Amino acid sequence: MERVLKVQMAASLENQGLARSVAAAYASELDPTVEELTEIKTAVSEAFSNAAIHGYPDGNYGNVSMEMGTIKPDTIVIKISDKGVGIENIARAMEPLFTTDTGEERSGMGFTVMESFMDKIKVDSKPGEGTTVTLIKKLDTYYGF
Amino acid sequence: MDIIFGIKDNILVAEFLGEVDHHCSAKARADIDEAMEGYGSKNLIIDLSRVTFMDSSGIGIILGRYRKLSASGGRVAISGGTKAVRSILNMAGVFSIIDYMDTVDQAIEYLSRKEVS
Ligand SMILES: Nc1ncnc2c1ncn2[C@@H]1O[C@H](COP(=O)(O)OP(=O)(O)OP(=O)(O)O)[C@@H](O)[C@H]1O
Ligand SMILES: [Mg+2]
Repeated sequence: MERVLKVQMAASLENQGLARSVAAAYASELDPTVEELTEIKTAVSEAFSNAAIHGYPDGNYGNVSMEMGTIKPDTIVIKISDKGVGIENIARAMEPLFTTDTGEERSGMGFTVMESFMDKIKVDSKPGEGTTVTLIKKLDTYYGF
Repeated sequence: MDIIFGIKDNILVAEFLGEVDHHCSAKARADIDEAMEGYGSKNLIIDLSRVTFMDSSGIGIILGRYRKLSASGGRVAISGGTKAVRSILNMAGVFSIIDYMDTVDQAIEYLSRKEVS
């Protein structure tokens, strides 16, 4: 992986906009289409909000790290990690409409959105240790030299 | 995001402006519910024409309002939205239960007609 950029921020939903702006700034250098940029921002927004909401429940703030990299020439990799509660059953968590949230009207569609907007997503998680979501997307528009 | 409220033919129009994400969703829900009560209207149009970004939080806001209003005999319609915004709603099957019109005026006309008939 090249062009590696690592950032860390507090797992507060206030940083959700910042997280997607950082990812967009990083991806912009690879000359994505407006549509690809929107898809990347949306997937990052989902992964970040999951870390902030589910990773650290009960206002129990930790950090979220984002590591971005490029597999040359045109594939972007974004890893979003928290050291929160982790996911017991990953396959079930990724099912459309599955949510552990009861009161807040969540739709359980975060992972489905990530899967449909990126080429590949990988989830590594251990209860009590935290979660890492890896988002991978090949940009169509690379006219590199 | 901000929401601009308007009332037309006893329909509350909530125009969403800017970025819809999990950070703003709790306030958006509360603001809409309060406006519905304040205006005493039972029908709602959510206009997404001026939304510049939306993640899955938008699904929760819209389906939540739909459930609440249909329980009390009200109607909901959606208007506008970029391709990305509509594709997220579509993933959750929103358009199979809530009517969609391209523009807010069409949505108003549609709901007023339903109301009369
Ligand atoms: N980082 C995380 N740490 C712990 N649990 C998580 C994490 N990310 C996801 N989960 C679990 O996976 C479930 C599904 O996540 P998903 O994003 O698909 O839906 P949601 O967040 O519940 O709803 P939505 O994203 O539509 O508002 C969550 O309800 C939660 O239980
Ligand atoms: Mg989510």
